[in-house]
Parts: sequence; C-alpha cells; structure tokens
Amino acid sequence: MDRRPYIREMPKLWWLGQRRYTVYMIRELSCVFIGAYVLVILVGLFHLSQGPAAYAAFLDALQSPLAIAFHLLALVFALLHTVTWFGLTPKAMPLRLGENTVPGTAIVMAHYVVWIVVSAGLLLAARV
Amino acid sequence: MDVKASDVVIIGAGGAGLRAAIAVAEADPDLSIALTSKVYPMRSHTVAAEGGAAAVIKDNDSLENHFNDTVTGGDWLCDQDAVELFINEAPNELIRMEHWGCPWSREPSGHVAVRPFGGMKVERTWYAADKTGFHMLHTLFQTSLKYPSIERLDEYYATDLIIEDGHCRGVVAIEMRSGQVRVLAANAVIIATGGAGRIFPFTTNGAINTGDGMALAYRAGVPLKDMEFIQYHPTGLPRTGILITEGARGEGGILVDKDGYRYLQDYGLGPPDPWPRKKAMELGPRDRLSQAFWHQQRAGKTIATPDGDVVHLDIRHLGEKKINERLPMVRELASSYMGVDPVHAPIPVQPVVHYMMGGIHTDINAATPLAGLFAAGECACVSINGANRLGSNSLTETLVFGAKAGRGAVDYIRSGGRNGTSTAVEKQAEDARSRIVALFHKTDGKETVTGLRKEMNEIMEWGAGIYRDEASLKETCETIGKLRERYAAVQLEDRSNVYNTDLLQVLELGCMLDVAHAVAHSALNRRESRGSHQRLDMTERDDESSLKHTLTYHGGPDEPRLDYLDVVITKSQPGERVYGGAAS
Amino acid sequence: MSEPVFELEVLRYRPEADEDPVFQAYTVPYNEDWVVLDALNHIKDNIDRTLSFRWSCHMAVCGSCGMMINGEPKLSCHAFLRDYYPDKVRVEPLSNFPIERDLVTVADDFMEKLASVKPYVIAKEDRPVNAGEHLQSPAELKTFKQYTMCINCMLCYAACPQISLAPEFVGPAALALAHRYNLDTRDSGREQRQEIAASNEGVWDCTFVGACSQVCPKSVDPAAAIQQTKIASTVDWYKALLSPWGK
Repeated sequence: MDRRPYIREMPKLWWLGQRRYTVYMIRELSCVFIGAYVLVILVGLFHLSQGPAAYAAFLDALQSPLAIAFHLLALVFALLHTVTWFGLTPKAMPLRLGENTVPGTAIVMAHYVVWIVVSAGLLLAARV
Repeated sequence: MDVKASDVVIIGAGGAGLRAAIAVAEADPDLSIALTSKVYPMRSHTVAAEGGAAAVIKDNDSLENHFNDTVTGGDWLCDQDAVELFINEAPNELIRMEHWGCPWSREPSGHVAVRPFGGMKVERTWYAADKTGFHMLHTLFQTSLKYPSIERLDEYYATDLIIEDGHCRGVVAIEMRSGQVRVLAANAVIIATGGAGRIFPFTTNGAINTGDGMALAYRAGVPLKDMEFIQYHPTGLPRTGILITEGARGEGGILVDKDGYRYLQDYGLGPPDPWPRKKAMELGPRDRLSQAFWHQQRAGKTIATPDGDVVHLDIRHLGEKKINERLPMVRELASSYMGVDPVHAPIPVQPVVHYMMGGIHTDINAATPLAGLFAAGECACVSINGANRLGSNSLTETLVFGAKAGRGAVDYIRSGGRNGTSTAVEKQAEDARSRIVALFHKTDGKETVTGLRKEMNEIMEWGAGIYRDEASLKETCETIGKLRERYAAVQLEDRSNVYNTDLLQVLELGCMLDVAHAVAHSALNRRESRGSHQRLDMTERDDESSLKHTLTYHGGPDEPRLDYLDVVITKSQPGERVYGGAAS
Repeated sequence: MSEPVFELEVLRYRPEADEDPVFQAYTVPYNEDWVVLDALNHIKDNIDRTLSFRWSCHMAVCGSCGMMINGEPKLSCHAFLRDYYPDKVRVEPLSNFPIERDLVTVADDFMEKLASVKPYVIAKEDRPVNAGEHLQSPAELKTFKQYTMCINCMLCYAACPQISLAPEFVGPAALALAHRYNLDTRDSGREQRQEIAASNEGVWDCTFVGACSQVCPKSVDPAAAIQQTKIASTVDWYKALLSPWGK
C-alpha cells in the first residue's frame, strides 16, 4: 500500500520551543525545591530531637553562604509554586452560587488572604 | 477488488445518516451496518445549522397548526400525507433526542423552550442556544457509539451504486487515505448526503455539499424531484456566505435598507408593529424575504459594499445580555468575519443559497423507486417542504425520515432482500474503477476544476437565482450542458493515491454539474411562479396546470427527461399565502 | 502599482514521493478579510492542485481545519491574515499526530480515545418517549453547558505535550466530554466512565500544563474538566477506602 504515515519526533528540548511550555517546566521544577526544603525541615526536626547542642549546630549550618543561597532560591521557587497553584484552583474547584459560578479571581484572592493571614500569624507566634 | 459485505450501507453520516444507523441498530442489532462518509461524522454540515428544530410541544400549539404552516409555507407543493406523518412524528423524535442528551435550552420550569420562527403561526422551534445543529449532530454521533453493530468507514468517497436485477446491491467507494477502490456490498443502501449548495457561488453550505448522493441516485436511474426549488436564506454574511440564523429575527431582529427603513412592510408582510409578531415582517417565510431583497436591490435601496449589495440586520435593541444568552454564535461570527459587533452595530447581510427543497424522489417511507435504495434528509425529496421550506423543519426532517429510512431498510431486508455478491456486481465495480483509473492516465486534458466550477457558479447565480426568466434559464441549461461536455476534458493534476483531494474535487465537480443540469432544466420547464421558484415572465402560481412535482431523469450525455407527478392533497386546498396582518 | 501579497511556507508530505516532509513556499494576494484557509484554497485552486488539507464549514464549527500556524494550533478558518501581515506564515499539520499527507493528519487514535470514555447518556432506567422530556433547570444545564461545546478539532491534542510523551493518555477533549456527561443530570454513568477517566491513562496522565485550554477555540476548558475529575476520583478513592463494605 502507498500509505506511509509520518511520525514527527518530539525534540528532547521540546519545552524550550514555546514560552508556555518553558514556564510550565520551571513550575514543575519548583516542586524539587519544595521537596528539598521539606527534607531540610525534617533534618532540623531530627537535630531538635537530639538535644540543644545538636540543634544549635544545625542552626549554625543554616548560616553558611551555601545554605542561605539555597534558601533564597527555595523561597523564589516556593513563591512561584504558590502563585501558580493559587491561579489554577478556580479550575479545579468551581463554586456554584445558584445559576452562576463564583468568579475565579474571588477564589484566588481568598487563597492569598488566607495565606497572608496564616503566614503573618505564624511569624508573630515565632517572635513570641 | 476488495469487497466488504454488510447488511446495510449508509452513505453520509450527518443528522439523517446517523439517525438512520441508530434506527437500524435498534430495530435489529444483528444487522451489520457500514456507515460511510467522505468526512468524519462531526464535520457533516448538520453541524452548521443554528436556529432550531420544529415540533409541536406546547399547550398553545396544535398539530394542525404545524401542518397548515408547513403546507402554506411550501406553497401547496408539499405532499400532505407526508407532512401529516412528519408533524406527528416530530415531537417524539425531539423528545428522543432529549433522552439521548441533547442540551435543549429550557424554560425556568425545566421544560424545553421554544422560539418563534419564520412562517410559523405558533412558536414551536426547539433550540440549543444558537447552535442547534451542532448539538444535535454531536448528540447523534455520540449516541451512535453505543451500538456495536454500527461500523464506521470514515473518509470514504462513494462513486457508484451497484445495481443487479433492479435492486440496489451496494456501493463502490474510494478509501481516501489510501486511494484504494473498494466494493461495499449490501442488501440495502441509504443515501443521506445532504444538499448541493456549492453549485452556487454564495452559499451557507460547506465545502462538502456537492450533491454527491443526489448524483449517485440520479445516474442510477432514480429521478430527482422538484430540483428547481432552491432556498435562499435571507441573512448570510457577504462573500463567505456564513449563516446568520433566523433565530436572530425570532428574538426580534429587524431588516432595514440603506434608508434605515424596514422595507418588508412593502411586500405584504406588514404592518411593522407590534414587533416581534409571528408570520409577519422579518418572521415571514424565507422565499418572500429573499425576493424582497431582490426588488430592493433593483430599486437601488440596498447598501453597496465591496462584497456586493447588502441590507442591515439590526439586533442592537435586544441588548448585550440577551444577545450573549440567546445569540452568542451570531455575535462571534459577525465580530470575527465582518469585524462588526452586533451589540453596537447592524450586521450586513444578503440572501445566500442555503437549502435545496428538491432531491432524490422518495415515498413517505423514505424508499426510492429503486428497490433496496432509501434516501433521507436534504438529499431526498419526500416532499414535506414543497416549493419553500420553513426554517427549523429540516433538522426535524433529518430525524423523522432518517428513522424511516433505517426502519425501511430493516423491513426490506427482513422481507427477503437479496444476499451475496455476484459476477454482475464485480463487473460494475470494475467498470467504476476503470473510470477512476482513466482520470489518472489522462495527460491531455484542457480544462481545470477551478475554471469549470467558476463558470458553473456564475451561470447558476445569474440564470437560476432568486428570479428567473425564459432567456436566462435557457442560457443556463445550454451553458451547463456545454460545461458537462467540457468536463470530459478535465485534467487531474495530482496523480497520487494517498489522500488525493484533487481527485475528490474532480469527482465532486462531476456530481455538481449533473445536479446543476437537473436544476436548470426543471426550472425552465416549470411555467409558473411558486414558492422559491420565481419567474419574471410567469409571475402567477398556476394550480390548474402546475400543481405537480417535477421529476427529472438522467439523460446520459444528453438533456434530462422530465416527467410530472401529482401532489398529494388531503386536507388543505391551495389557497393564498397570507402573512403579516394584525397580531393574532 | 503592485498588489500586496502574503507569503506562506507550507509543510508538504507526499508519502509516495517524499522521504520526509519538506517546506514549500507560496505567495498569494493579500486580502484584509482573508483567513489562512482562504489562502490555502487560493493556492489549491490557482497555484498547486496537489496541496491536500481538510476543511468544510469555514465558520469554526465543524472542526476540520485545525493546523499549526506559526507553531500555534489554530483553526485555519479562524486565523486572519491581517494578524500576521506583512510577516510570513508557517503552516504545518497538527503536532502530535502522524502525518497522512500534507496538512492531513491521521486521526484514528483521537477517535478511539473519544469513544473509549462512553460519551453518551447512560440512564438508570429506560425512559419511554411518551414520558416526555426530563425536566432540567436552566441552572442545571449551565453546569455542563461549556463542556458540550467541543467541536472535536483536536487543537488541544496538538498543544498537549503529554500526547507525545505519554501516548496512551486519553487526552483533553475525551476527558472533557466524559465530564460533560458526568455533570448532566440525565446521566447516571459516572462510575462506568471513571474506569477509563480515572485510570492512569485517564486524568492521572495529565500534569496540568494547561495548554489545551489556552488553545481551545470554543472555551471548553478541558484542563478544568480534568482537574475536577481528579478531585472526584480522589474522593471516590477515599470513600472506597473508608467503607469497603459499601460497594
């Protein structure tokens, strides 16, 4: 037969081809840093369980330039992760009010409000 | 040659074809169905219908009203036994669609909603926003996936019917993706291939509406009926012909000329107020509205644009909220394709070819005179639409007669239709294939598809348009005749086998020329004006001599042979078509 | 005075002659209200009869004419030359599909996936026609209305990288259609559909790139449909976990 359907290979760097895909990949990458930060917290908890000396050593290690650099990077990615996550929530959770849907921006704003309030609360509690 | 045997072959997978397939599958799940189309089912032109589907459902309506509106609208050329059957079956079919998931628009009570439509005394047009055809087609297609006995052969182009001993025994078709010619043998064949608007230059029809199924039956000796009746939809966008639904007028839209004047009141459709008002002004029947445009144009009252003369369809007064809710597609189409937002400006429109009342001659059970061959939908002529179709009757028509064709095919098979293939079948198939192969071998063709198609379009619009006369029709018949001769010299440029759309267009052009020939000759020989067939030289309706259907028989390379068939009149004697008047 | 012109580069593929697809340049007259489809038809009618492409309605409702235009999946009947002029335009068949011929792709996989989600009303019991229509309020209709608008144009499959990266992925349009029926008050088939929709090849192959919803010409928002199905599927899982004796 004469048919010969042609399959175009997907290039290895397909995600560099268009801005929307690159942004997507960076978003996905952000969870690596979130995961890494979770590990840091777990390590910290472990040290805490080993007594004040161990914990002090842990806090000391966090002051190193490498640790600070990592934390800054992790903060940036965590913010990216949060902002993109919040932006997507109206799609996953449409809220109905009678015949209409609650506008997406309202749902996103509500997330920001809760986030700010909770974060502020935690920071204040930490100071205390 | 490759032969595939099924019990039923259906050519065309739009509203009528899908409904027929479902009807066969439900009537007898043991029958095998080959549902073929030259496009995927979702692409069928049913998808573009917008306004709605008519059926009596509300308490303020009656079957008698629907009957009278349809027969009057058809200028008494409708077969009244067929109309009786149609209006009776219509509500059941639309309820069935609702059960299958069709997202009909609703009243606050939860019942289906209906809207007013042209030529109808009481509102009875069920609608799904302004995309009714789209929703109906997708509902039918998705429902068809339930039935294992329906096998789809997508993108197959049927080229010939196979006939043995006066019975239709199957179809020869090209599998477009490979170019392979196959025989689809069957015990019954249903044609549901839609209309042939593409014989005209400005049409709401899609690329695919080239009258292939009509030509198939016509060439096999089945007469085409009432081919002279071509419906111009009053509101199409200029140049593209994109359809702006009658629903826009049903919701209260008005048509004005260059002076901002609602000119329809001068054509027996007034008075202009109160508005909206059924069967009056912009809700008059389509033939009257298109004819009014023609007169306005002659009087220099239309608006000249680079894409031809237009009038304005104004829906601004409906307000943005109502437009977004009831006519979102109208807004989108006008904005994208004309750069006009109907919330703020009127839409330029002109009459464009939309529907063919005529088609393959069938009885009220969708059976053609050829045993084993059935036809339904726009490609067929039962006739329920007579000389002019009312808007929203044709979507319902696809369901009622699609179902009839399906059940008819099942009954025909059960009553002992033929079985098996024979040498006669193979010989016909071989002949069909040789004709296609010959196209590939030809190298000295002097004609082009583009050239012939353009000439056909031009003469049809000029000579067989909204208004016709003896001279224009005679010239049209002659020109089409000559084009048919020249068609023998058309040159196929693309000689490949895989998905050859040049070949497709060559074959489609052949079908269109045959159909155009039938239209022109039928029109020349109808010596009266009736419905959408209007003659400047014979302006009156002549029931004494012409209350008949035109039957057109293929004459080979020569002119078609014409015959006439009495219209079935039962309850409604021909009278005057009265529109406008005071509110009832 | 010379008329303005518009240039296109179209990816050709003739399996009987070409080893691989190759771009071909064409020049057509420039017209302010033309769309790419008009340019392609001009090419076919007047310049090159061998160019193959699908089209029909020219009003963005039949879904035939999807193509990559400057790397973006679009309906060629809804891609206006004036948005690109005077730049050149690159026209290719939809990504993530095998090429049959020129701009025509092989759609078999899509059609199978669409059918696999049981996209039809599965009713609890047979309702006879003489029982009339189901009552459905305008509010109930509104919940699933947007998911009925899919024209099966496959632009979402061309935009979704998972279609190539995870070829068994059922895909956005099919999953949106499943969701449409799940939300329809007349249907009771969600459980049956979840077998495919909530499987690994169903919504769980979706990583919420979101490109599908961005390119959809009918604002169906398949990404939303998929995320909602993920949540429903998760809730199902917990329910089954907490009450294993229930079902």
